[in-house]
Amino acid sequence: MTTPPFWRRYARFFGPDPAADVKEELGFHLESKAEELVAQGWSPEAARKEAERQFGDLRALQRVGQRIGAKTERQKQLADYWTDVRHDVRYTFRTLVRDPGFAVVSILILALAIGANVAVFSVVNTLLLRPLPFPDSQELVWIAPPPTSCGWSCATFSSDGYEEFRDTSRVYQGVTGYEAFTTPENFRLTGHGEPVPATGIEVIGNFFQVLGVQPAMGRLFTAEEARAGSVVPHSTSGPAVLLTNAYWRRQFHSDRSIVGQAIELNDTPVTVVGVLPDSFDFGAVFSPGAKVDFFAPLSLDTERMWGNIVTLVGRLKPGVTVAQALDDANRVAPDIYFNVKYPQSKGQYKDGMVPVLLKDYVTGKLRHSLIALWFAVGTILLIAGVNLSNLLLARAAARAKEFALRGALGASRWRIVRQLLMESLLLSGTGAFFGLGLAAALVTWLAHQGSLALPLLSTLRIDRQALGWTVLIAVAIAMIFGLLPGLRIACGNLQEVLKDSGAGAGLGRKHERIRATLVVSEIALACVLLVSAGLLLHSFTKVLEVDLGFQPEHAASINVEYDASAPTEDASVAKRTAIFQQVLARVGAIPGVQAVGISDYLPLGPNRSWDTPLPKGKVYKPGELPEPLVYVVTPGFIRAMGIGLRGRDFTWADDRKSERVIIINASMAQRFWPGEDPVDKILMRGDEQDRVVGVVDDVHEQSVENNLGAQVYYPATQQGPSRAQLVVRSSLPPAELGTSILRALRELNPNQPAAEFRPIRTIVDHAVSPRRFFMLLVAAFAGLGLVLAALGIYGVISYSVTRQTPEIGIRMALGATTGRVQRQVLGSTLRLTLFGMAIGTLMALVTSRIISSLLFAVSPWDLTSYLGMLMALLLVAIASGYAPARRASAINPMEALRNN
Amino acid sequence: MDTGKLEFLRGSLDVLILKALVWGPLHGYAITSFIRQQSDDALLVEEGTLYPALWRLEAKGLLDSEWGLSENNRKAKFYRLTVEGRRQLREGVKTWQAYAAAVAKVLAATQLPEPEEIR
Repeated sequence: MTTPPFWRRYARFFGPDPAADVKEELGFHLESKAEELVAQGWSPEAARKEAERQFGDLRALQRVGQRIGAKTERQKQLADYWTDVRHDVRYTFRTLVRDPGFAVVSILILALAIGANVAVFSVVNTLLLRPLPFPDSQELVWIAPPPTSCGWSCATFSSDGYEEFRDTSRVYQGVTGYEAFTTPENFRLTGHGEPVPATGIEVIGNFFQVLGVQPAMGRLFTAEEARAGSVVPHSTSGPAVLLTNAYWRRQFHSDRSIVGQAIELNDTPVTVVGVLPDSFDFGAVFSPGAKVDFFAPLSLDTERMWGNIVTLVGRLKPGVTVAQALDDANRVAPDIYFNVKYPQSKGQYKDGMVPVLLKDYVTGKLRHSLIALWFAVGTILLIAGVNLSNLLLARAAARAKEFALRGALGASRWRIVRQLLMESLLLSGTGAFFGLGLAAALVTWLAHQGSLALPLLSTLRIDRQALGWTVLIAVAIAMIFGLLPGLRIACGNLQEVLKDSGAGAGLGRKHERIRATLVVSEIALACVLLVSAGLLLHSFTKVLEVDLGFQPEHAASINVEYDASAPTEDASVAKRTAIFQQVLARVGAIPGVQAVGISDYLPLGPNRSWDTPLPKGKVYKPGELPEPLVYVVTPGFIRAMGIGLRGRDFTWADDRKSERVIIINASMAQRFWPGEDPVDKILMRGDEQDRVVGVVDDVHEQSVENNLGAQVYYPATQQGPSRAQLVVRSSLPPAELGTSILRALRELNPNQPAAEFRPIRTIVDHAVSPRRFFMLLVAAFAGLGLVLAALGIYGVISYSVTRQTPEIGIRMALGATTGRVQRQVLGSTLRLTLFGMAIGTLMALVTSRIISSLLFAVSPWDLTSYLGMLMALLLVAIASGYAPARRASAINPMEALRNN
Repeated sequence: MDTGKLEFLRGSLDVLILKALVWGPLHGYAITSFIRQQSDDALLVEEGTLYPALWRLEAKGLLDSEWGLSENNRKAKFYRLTVEGRRQLREGVKTWQAYAAAVAKVLAATQLPEPEEIR
């Protein structure tokens, strides 16, 4: 074999061609054979024929050859490709390790951005995208009237109302509900030493069947148990309970034999019929932040005289839409009685039975916040991507010669672009890896924030979708932001770069322009984030400044257990009064206690209303006056809560024999007796007369942010409270106070469970926790955005200083002062920043409109927020431009000139 | 000539091709010539068998191919052994020699050996 001539190199110029190869190979064989025959004496013509004859089926052989050839070619290409990829990866590793600062900074930025994104995605996925944790949860609806000011009493229904709705509606597979007026620790687990507080919720017998929850052990309630009801004091004793999984594990140490056994609640034996699965978290869905220990069946008969007590949850028949369900509800609601014994109560629920998807009821209010959060975190990702691009560009500029050389040595442009892509993929992959760890830590932490009043939070976890999301954003960021520097390099003129000596070179200048554009967009995005965070922060401070109507500081509450059972109502009231008096006297005598009082409901928690009282001597149409929220309190409560009072407080002398008295809030006074002094006015409740003896400040009852409705306070010495929450005002630390108060309560009543002594502040904190949560997150993202933008500014200015070193050196040699050089560098920093801020402010004006529904008492164009945040951005920008400016002014002219 | 033609035993052609390439690259025609001459015209490789075998060996990575010029200055495809091919050849030769020796020994037998149990 001899060396082929040079033109052979181009024989397969247009790519491999297995068919032609086979043909040529076989052709050569034929010719060789024919030649041999000629040499043996055959005539050329005959020799050719003989050779072909010996060859057999030439065409078939060619086909075989082509097939095998094509396969080999594919294998070769694949092998080549993987060899190249391996080379690229190894090369990328080497170059990254050679420049660890760059690698660490990029990976850190990406890890933070991707981590934040994955964590927020998990939250959004759990709260908005994923269905509720029930089978066919899209069939579940929440049935309630549109929101009103009279609290839970207007969002619930009576036993008769429930039964009629269930029986006359045609669109449901099942309708159920639970008792809405449950407070934490409403039971005592007794029979094992000290009584332990426990939280139980009464549910309509078919509750779990309608939701589709199967017990982990044992069984659900039977129809008889459902009829019998539970162990609540005012019901006949019904002996069945279902334990939640968490309570079973905590209190009963996962004892499997507990099923079928009796435990004692409030000194009454009940049977544990089953344990619910771990996946069922009542609080997560229906009452964010609440911990429920067990469920008991609700007796509709016992509750019949108690008015509105159950919420309604329905499971629609398959294929029924919410709109159809609403039509059906509007059809049946006008004929439903509040109480069948009272004909005039028919139609009370008209327009008040509106089914909405349970999912919307649970998380609908959060949709706006979550979407805003998603955008914020997406902006962070953009900023991080732009930053990565910027860093890669800076590196690419420094490596332009390397790439040009590789190009000159035969590397294709695609190969170089691929090399750069490989780098950004490796960076974003590593970033995603650490980001995922960060997100997992964040998500685990969030899932255990029981005090956060967000639904479904406990079901938060990094699932397969979150993993997919991580991979998606990591690849996307590498592709989009890694491609830009790659294309820059690929499109550049390699020759020029090789000739280019550096200073004032065309490519350098072009690079700088692109990088400046990137930094401007970073600043603009950070600006949007900062302004949004500023608005939310300002809203939050406004929320904290809201006059709650009571003083949450230095006050705490505890649930007091008492037994006021007596043969007659009068005797019961007298017994209760005596107990309360005793409790208040004992606790009030503890040193450091300034005021004590008892109420059955506390602000910002569950609440109820009774009916609509009317001012005596005035006539109103039904529904014209609001239904006030009701509180049954002892003397001293108003002072203990720190509520402002005009007129007089209740006294122990306001008993069953004296005149019936009430205290109302300012809003109610304004509605009921506009322009008049309400003190000494008479309020009619049916035939009963109540004299107003005092007016108190409006107390925020349902949330810190909502508008205030009417509130009425009744004395516990005349009306029946549903429970007793002792409120103690003292400057002593609650922990210290708690023990002495609990000791005092134990002495009076050995059955007093070790209930939690809760500072009132925590109740307020719980109520504002979702807002605080979102505000903190957006603020954290804005801070992150600010840091990234600062990094971008620093990078660009620093690079341009390095590039202009000789120029600065000349200028300084010609007499430019240090101050002048510094000013110039800072000036270019400022130009970039101001440009970015101008664009960012315009964008922020648009985004503020979008988040305006999340703001409280702050306009979307709130000047304070804008100015404050823009100032912060400006300061950070100048600070990040200062270091390069210092460096520029420290340039030694001689050295700079010599190095050139 | 036809009378002396022997059928190839399965697997033997591959070893013969590999063997033909031990001294350097050859094109397909030279491989047939080598086998024919070396076997004193006893083994004739048909083209319909040879080329598929060559291509298969190439696909398996035992051979490498390259276009070059033949001794009479014509474009021809040359095959050469890869490292893997050389290894395969060593094993193939060993296997074939052992096989051939065993077959020869059996065929050289003159009588039934005495049953072992009886001894």
